Amino acid sequence: MSITIENISKRFGGFTALDNVSLDIPEGKLTALLGPSGSGKTTLLRIIAGLESSDAGRILFGGDDVSDLHVRDRNIGFVFQHYALFKHLTVAQNIAFGLESLPRRQRPPKTEIRERVNKLLEMIQLPDLANRYPTQLSGGQKQRVALARAMATKPRILLLDEPFGALDAKVRKDLRRWLRALHDEFHFTSIFVTHDQEEALELSDQVVVMSHGQVEQVNEPAALYARPESRFVFDFLGHVNVLEGNLKNQKLTQGDAWVSLPSVQGDQEAQLYMRPHEVQLARSPSAHARLPLRIESVSLIGSEVRIELQPEGWHSTELWEIGMSHNEFAHQAPARGDLWYAVPDIGHLFTNGRNQPRTVDWHYPTSATAHP
Amino acid sequence: MAAKHHRVGDQPWVRRILVGLALSITVILLVIPLVVIFYQALSAGWSTFTSNVLDEYTLHAIGLTLFVALLTVPLNLVFGTALAWSVTRFRFPGRKLLTTLIDIPFAVSPVVAGLLYLLLYGRNGWVGSWLGQYDIQLMFSWPGIVMVTVFVTSPFVARELIPLMQQQGSEEEEAGVVLGASGWRVFRKITLPNIKWALIYGVILTNARAVGEFGAVSVVSGNIRGQTNTLPLHVELLYQDYNIVGAFASASLLAGIAILTLIAKAFVEWRQSRPEQPAPEKGGV
Repeated sequence: MSITIENISKRFGGFTALDNVSLDIPEGKLTALLGPSGSGKTTLLRIIAGLESSDAGRILFGGDDVSDLHVRDRNIGFVFQHYALFKHLTVAQNIAFGLESLPRRQRPPKTEIRERVNKLLEMIQLPDLANRYPTQLSGGQKQRVALARAMATKPRILLLDEPFGALDAKVRKDLRRWLRALHDEFHFTSIFVTHDQEEALELSDQVVVMSHGQVEQVNEPAALYARPESRFVFDFLGHVNVLEGNLKNQKLTQGDAWVSLPSVQGDQEAQLYMRPHEVQLARSPSAHARLPLRIESVSLIGSEVRIELQPEGWHSTELWEIGMSHNEFAHQAPARGDLWYAVPDIGHLFTNGRNQPRTVDWHYPTSATAHP
Repeated sequence: MAAKHHRVGDQPWVRRILVGLALSITVILLVIPLVVIFYQALSAGWSTFTSNVLDEYTLHAIGLTLFVALLTVPLNLVFGTALAWSVTRFRFPGRKLLTTLIDIPFAVSPVVAGLLYLLLYGRNGWVGSWLGQYDIQLMFSWPGIVMVTVFVTSPFVARELIPLMQQQGSEEEEAGVVLGASGWRVFRKITLPNIKWALIYGVILTNARAVGEFGAVSVVSGNIRGQTNTLPLHVELLYQDYNIVGAFASASLLAGIAILTLIAKAFVEWRQSRPEQPAPEKGGV
């Protein structure tokens, strides 16, 4: 069942949590609401669920307006950040709660409820824990039970509020994979809230980036990462290296650093954004860029060596970060304190007053155009 | 020697003096008077004690006291739960003020409370004179006693529930509603089991105070023997009649209730402190 969000606004006292948000959630897809705390993502999820009312706007499920429908009647599954399991009920009783809450005419007989609970326990791979109480479970197990409980009444929409937020890294990864597999099997329309970019990009079919109560960008994960449409999305999705300077005669300069930008007209202040994988390290400057940097630290753990660098003779508010393959690292042997030069392959130029970047590719200069 | 004791205040003489002081105060102020009550009540023998307790007026006082408690406790159970629910689950203007107002009966002397009720609901009071036209008399009869007792004991249940419900939050209840449960089912199946022991604790305290209340009740009761005399008032009346043994016999009943209350309170506290692990419900899935 698709979800349509039309012009939703919500204020809490003087704070605007959601500012005229409109959004389409496609049927059968796993959508991530991604944003920093205070961006309104949880409020939006709670409004979709009906746990919170909106000041303005409509929510439609599959074309039907449900804005005035009580939570109880929306038939959604909701997974809470802190699980919200019923402490005094067993795992099985927790899972059966939704089925037993159905009106008498729709309620399945006791034997069928028991069967359904057993099936769900199999699905969450915890068949032996039926008679345990929530306090006797680990965090990961609790979250699985919360999921089974939410799915027991076969809702067509599943909403998850920071589902893995309270779990440690290892369990989180397992559970993420498991949720993805589950989703691929059952194909309900799901929305989950997260502030973890990696989680959003890895798990979802579509990412909605939010900030200050507004939708910044909606896209598939790969496209979102490759083509951020605003400074905010750029900053929020992974690390970014920035050269901030003056643009003059197709050259961006700050202190000892400069980058030539063929085909870019106009004299003004500008910022060039580069992802760690869009920049390489060299012993000497290249023809199109001179970006001297001193190595601050080298991190060897991971599939790539991650090198942090401090600008030399120019400024950057944050350290630069550049990746290097282990093979190359063994050859080049960069060490802490060395002076190296960054050579960009691709950059994204923000000129003052514009929120949309234009992409510059030095290998294929002809394709250097702004994105539509 | 000094090197062995690292913890603050862990010198043996400090410990001995403090523990000794606490123990002697407890014995002098609490234990001895309690023992004396029973000693005095039984000083003239068991038969005198029973005849004192089974005296017509004493029996009536016991009955009235229990009757007042029986009305007060359910009233304050509902009132306290509703109050705790509204201040912890809803946001509304004046919420903070309401949380503060709950404590008024604790802050104000019961005698003052009794006088206020007398001024308001007495024959010449604002409300009382109006009610008088319909021949309804609240003061100097049992409704007045119930009213002031409700007032004096109103904070106990709410005071127990509010911190607990604040700490538990409303996520479990929200989960219940999302799963399609009706408001009543959410309350019965989710809220009530979570607040059960705090509620019982509040009821025990309410009951103890309702049975023992003297000040407010003495103002509005009129002390009519066999009609509006509660057990605490009866103790005073007997004492003023120079019936010392009788006064102590009645007092020993109150003390007995107090001891039962303490035992119940200790049990509930022990249950509350245990990690949540109730026996499985019978007939559960």
